[in-house]
Amino acid sequence: MNPTLALLITTAIKAGVLIFIVVTSFAYLMLFERKLLAWFQLRVGPIWCGPWGLLQPAADAVKLVLKEDLTPATADPFIYKIAPALAVLTALMAYAIIPFGTFPDGTPISIANPNVGILFLLAMSAVGVYGIALGGWSSQSKWPLLGAVRSTAQLISYELAMGLSIVGVLILAGTTDLHGIVSAQSAHHVWYVIPQIVAFVIYGITATAETNRAPFDLPEAETELVAGFHTEYSSLRFGTFFVAEYVNMITVSAIGTLLFLGGGDGPFVSVVPWLSILWFLVKVAFLLFIFIWLRATLPRLRYDRLMAFGWKVLLPVAALNLLVTAAFVALRGHGT
Amino acid sequence: MIALFWICALVAIASGIWTISSRQPVHSVVGLIVNFAALAVLFLTLNADFLAMMQIIIYAGAILVLFLFVIALLTIGAQPIEQGPGRLAFQAAPSVVAGLAALLVMSAGLRVAWSQSASAPVLDLGSVATFGQQLLTTHVFAFEVTAFILLIAIVGVILMAGRKELRF
Repeated sequence: MNPTLALLITTAIKAGVLIFIVVTSFAYLMLFERKLLAWFQLRVGPIWCGPWGLLQPAADAVKLVLKEDLTPATADPFIYKIAPALAVLTALMAYAIIPFGTFPDGTPISIANPNVGILFLLAMSAVGVYGIALGGWSSQSKWPLLGAVRSTAQLISYELAMGLSIVGVLILAGTTDLHGIVSAQSAHHVWYVIPQIVAFVIYGITATAETNRAPFDLPEAETELVAGFHTEYSSLRFGTFFVAEYVNMITVSAIGTLLFLGGGDGPFVSVVPWLSILWFLVKVAFLLFIFIWLRATLPRLRYDRLMAFGWKVLLPVAALNLLVTAAFVALRGHGT
Repeated sequence: MIALFWICALVAIASGIWTISSRQPVHSVVGLIVNFAALAVLFLTLNADFLAMMQIIIYAGAILVLFLFVIALLTIGAQPIEQGPGRLAFQAAPSVVAGLAALLVMSAGLRVAWSQSASAPVLDLGSVATFGQQLLTTHVFAFEVTAFILLIAIVGVILMAGRKELRF
């Protein structure tokens, strides 16, 4: 068979399997979140659909599909229809390069492993804002527009601090390739969360803001904006935005794991290499738990406070952290 | 690979035409996003990975978001599809001149590029390390000049935005 064609077919199969896994984990992340939120508030959460509420995601999906798909009369029909697709497309693209662990021969388990890995993830997160911005604009009504404008400003502001916090890790690892960053951490016998603790905290805060999660969920603040950018959306198009938000949450947790928590590194990985997948998933689940914990604990920020915090606190601290890291590496002549 | 080039080239040209011909400014922004995405894939086919990612992060991710931000705020509630933009006067002569000039520059550039292709040094510009090395050694003057121009823009913005507070 033609090698190019064979490559295309194997990549398509890998991508299909991966999308299935990611979307399934999205469904159970939603259940996980509802259960945890319920326990934080001394409730029981979903219990009626299946044992322990395990079929709740399926019930929600059926409900969403059967709802009527409305388009406002004033909306721009073309943009209104492609905006949710754009949001979920950029969210899923990130999985093309995330290494889920290591094969026994030391190669990464991922669809592709380009040497600009982390830049690709930043690019996808930068383009992800269009789903929200175009969705809010095309609805042509006031709450979605306000939500979209807020979200655009928020994402641009917090992207800078996020980029700067990641650069500290790149300097220590000396590469932008995700698998290379993970191997550098196991080679140096230290997870970068220890030397880069400041960057890790900044990354966590900016990642929460980038995924529009509480306490930074200003674009969809219910008390002020009805439902923000997706007020006019119903049925499966609303569901698509929902998928994009949760998939993004899994993505930023995966990136945090790769950059700061050593990826698939963990006890007994040198004996049984397949364990790396398990450790990776455990760490991602831990970061997701922190996301949900934050949502259950913290009240929403006021909009001007959010902007002031991003520009006047996070950005200078991230820049200072970068300066100290760069000076340290330059003086020692190599990474950790 | 050559098929990928043709697909991306056609998408880039089609989206470029869509950008300049659509009546709705936000549609133009979407056309430009598609155009930048196609350009990024073209960079990838040339092994310029870093350039492709920068194209997406800076142009599609930052600059066009600001375009969209301003256009979305200005056009809300307006019905530009019915009204349509006013036609520019005297378009024919300048566009012919500009087109001829662009053709001349492009063909001259291609002649130079093709005549040097055998002897041109092969640099692995795709990797971030080589790109950074070249940027901060061979092209450091252009890099610094660009930084200076951006600095002037920042100073200008501060001056215009804070004119009442800042008295020099």
